[in-house]
Amino acid sequence: MEQIQTFIQLLPQQLVNGITLGATYALIALGYTMVYGIIQLINFAHGEVYMIGAFIGLLMVVYFKVNFFLAIICAILVCVPLAILIERVAYRPLRGSTRLAPLISALGVSLFLQTLMTLIMGPNAQGFPQIVKDTIYTVGTVKFSLVQVVILLVSSVLMVTLHMIVKFTKVGKAMRATSESYETANLMGININRIISFTFALGAALAGAGGVLVGMYFNSIHPMMGVIVGLKCFCAAVLGGIGSIPGAMIGGVFLGVAEVMGVAIGFGTYRDAIAFALLILVLLLKPTGIMGKPIQRKV
Amino acid sequence: MESIIGFFNDPYINQVLTLTGVYLITALGLHLITGITGQFSFGHAGFMSIGAYTAALLSLHLETPFIINVLMGGLAAGLAGMLLGFPSLRLTGDYLGITTLGFAEIVRIVFINLDITGGARGLAGIPRDTNLTIVLLLAVLSIICMYRIHDSRFGRALTAIREDELAAEAMGINTLLYKVKAFAIGTFFAGVGGGLYAHLIQYLNPADFGVSRSFELLNFVVLGGLGSVPGTILGTTVLTLAPEFLRFVKEYRMLIYSALMVTMMIFRPHGLLGGVNFRKLYLDLVHRRLAQLAKTKDVGGKQQ
Amino acid sequence: MTSLLELQNITIQFGGLMAVDHVSLKVEKGWISALIGPNGAGKSTIFNMISGLYKPTSGKVFFNGRDITGYKAYKITSLGIARTFQNIRLFKNLSVLDNVRIGRHCRGSSGLIGAIAHFPWTKAEEKEIEEKAHEALRVVNLLDKKDELAKNLPYGEQRRLEIARALAADPVLLLLDEPAAGMNLQEKQTLMQMVQNIREMGITIMLVEHDMSFVMNISDHVDVLNYGQKIAAGTPSEVQHNPDVIEAYLGKEIE
Ligand SMILES: Nc1ncnc2c1ncn2[C@@H]1O[C@H](COP(=O)(O)OP(=O)(O)OP(=O)(O)O)[C@@H](O)[C@H]1O
Ligand SMILES: [Mg+2]
Repeated sequence: MEQIQTFIQLLPQQLVNGITLGATYALIALGYTMVYGIIQLINFAHGEVYMIGAFIGLLMVVYFKVNFFLAIICAILVCVPLAILIERVAYRPLRGSTRLAPLISALGVSLFLQTLMTLIMGPNAQGFPQIVKDTIYTVGTVKFSLVQVVILLVSSVLMVTLHMIVKFTKVGKAMRATSESYETANLMGININRIISFTFALGAALAGAGGVLVGMYFNSIHPMMGVIVGLKCFCAAVLGGIGSIPGAMIGGVFLGVAEVMGVAIGFGTYRDAIAFALLILVLLLKPTGIMGKPIQRKV
Repeated sequence: MESIIGFFNDPYINQVLTLTGVYLITALGLHLITGITGQFSFGHAGFMSIGAYTAALLSLHLETPFIINVLMGGLAAGLAGMLLGFPSLRLTGDYLGITTLGFAEIVRIVFINLDITGGARGLAGIPRDTNLTIVLLLAVLSIICMYRIHDSRFGRALTAIREDELAAEAMGINTLLYKVKAFAIGTFFAGVGGGLYAHLIQYLNPADFGVSRSFELLNFVVLGGLGSVPGTILGTTVLTLAPEFLRFVKEYRMLIYSALMVTMMIFRPHGLLGGVNFRKLYLDLVHRRLAQLAKTKDVGGKQQ
Repeated sequence: MTSLLELQNITIQFGGLMAVDHVSLKVEKGWISALIGPNGAGKSTIFNMISGLYKPTSGKVFFNGRDITGYKAYKITSLGIARTFQNIRLFKNLSVLDNVRIGRHCRGSSGLIGAIAHFPWTKAEEKEIEEKAHEALRVVNLLDKKDELAKNLPYGEQRRLEIARALAADPVLLLLDEPAAGMNLQEKQTLMQMVQNIREMGITIMLVEHDMSFVMNISDHVDVLNYGQKIAAGTPSEVQHNPDVIEAYLGKEIE
């Protein structure tokens, strides 16, 4: 009984922590969902783009003593061309190939980047210096750290920007058209290659920023950090309904909250399993995810 | 002759070859699931671990005979495969892949958390019962099984599903049932491989059966030639042995390996031996020989 | 007497679209029955509902007097309805013979154990499958191509291979979706003869075809569909002179 009481007392706090974590997941999940929506590929290298974003942030902070805002901008400036390059080199030649070939290629890129970063940075975790003051704000029983506020603010701004781009700009409309139907978009005279590059760029920008934010939040980064987080965020994208941008946001936040809650009720050691358990459950109940459209198979 | 025996008796060589055989048996299971039936599984190592832990625990606690342990490992993995298969094989392609990956991760995390499996410290002291002879025997047996399955009503149904699932259904194939069967058999092989692995390495750790191991197994099957038994043999052998012989470039090994994955897919998306029909090659060769023989006979006849 | 196939008020909706709207029709044993109508009329959709690939929103399908509505496709095939596809769906990377052997699947019984153990009865069944497959290939005159890969056949032969694959299932009712599409005149003539031969074998045929001379020459009965609704039915000559049909095909010649 007492346990339930403390749990309820702590609930608002857990929600805040969960949403903060979930916001970073959502940033990464968006890249998966947009790419999948357009070329139906699980971009396994996306987790590594996020990891590299974190390292760029670290370099900027440690060597150039920049503030977090500039660190994020620099991470984005590196991750965007990196992702465009990856698509050009490893995915574009494989368009129209078998279903497995681009997946293996994506795995290859992911492994390559992990190894490369391990060679450069060493295999161990690196401390991420505290660049935001550890001020704590209290609202009622709930405590917000300044880092949390920054994460929530930055990710909200990024997601709103993304929404605007996709909804109102010309490329955004072209992106949506391509994601609806490749052939139609082609007939409409949309330059598919440019749209795909643009999609990778958008996803990478969010992931790069996410990397720096996570570094700030957990104060530690390492070359393998993209593996499990990447997979979990892909799960979040599927949970929300693959291809759906609001779906990825909801899925990410949902996963963050579920993880924090799971840990709170004593499943701490099963933390990384929560995402996969949720994924299996949701897929079995509603194979197209929370926000996904039903599919009618065509003969 | 003696030097050959000496070569196989060298403990290091022996160990590496045995391990290759163990991986081959495991990979043949994935060959059936992905290469023949066309279903994505990104969690094959999870089933391998179920087999490995089952066999090891039987060995350690019940001291049942080695072969029984390995068989039970296979059955446990096959059962898990069947239980996962029934609900999830309704999903297709990437969804199925990610579900199997998730399942394997859950299994790994459960093994980290259980006491009986030794948690994250792992399980040590498993008797070393696996040897090269047994593994070779089982590998050959598995290969024969694969060929026989391939040339049967059962195997043709699986290939039909790979080629066009909807058409297969319209041809009277209960596609869900056959996919589950393929999955159960494939995961059975993974479990047998796991059981052999446990009794070879003598120590199990959940970390050995993570995502990267699953993808490694997928590479064995794809890079050698998807859907081809010789391809799977080639892929497994090369990718298991190459790292051993490339130790001198150890840091760059993974860099080369991963770059190779990308280039292979760009230049040979079906793998090294993918699309090579060995039976046809062989038949053509025989035909040519026969034609040649007939010709020389003809010529000979005229000369007389 | 029950008809071999009877559709009662069969209806299917895709989103807002009524692709097939309360269609009822009958196919009697021994007929060659045609289903015609302009593009998008719902012909293939009806085939998909008969063969169990689509579930009707409402209405019923009876086969030999048995209600088979909602049965799984593989079950319906084993009951004796086999089909071909308008957009050829062969097992492209398999040999011609393997394609037809797979068509025989529902008449066999051996499974995994048999495959591995090679029991005498498994071998016997394999032999029977092979013989039947040869027979089916002979009907469509493709036996000499049995070792080719399906994808390497020319278009017309792929269509015939689809028929052979369906025949291998020993069907009572054979559904042919635009069997003559993409064929030249001579190929069409040959095909027409083949379809008649198949009927002689005691198999009832229901076909969708746009080539009117093909349909009118070969069919005993014609049903006409337009915008998902049945607008006419009868013998070829009755249908040809039906004003509604002429209206639906406005501008198109019906000879
Ligand atoms: N799975 C589906 N989802 C949505 N709409 C569908 C589906 N299948 C068919 N339709 C629609 O139903 C209508 C009828 O299609 P159908 O293929 O049955 O026509 P048809 O008479 O065979 O035409 P054609 O002569 O061109 O083959 C079309 O408007 C088609 O777009
Ligand atoms: Mg049609």
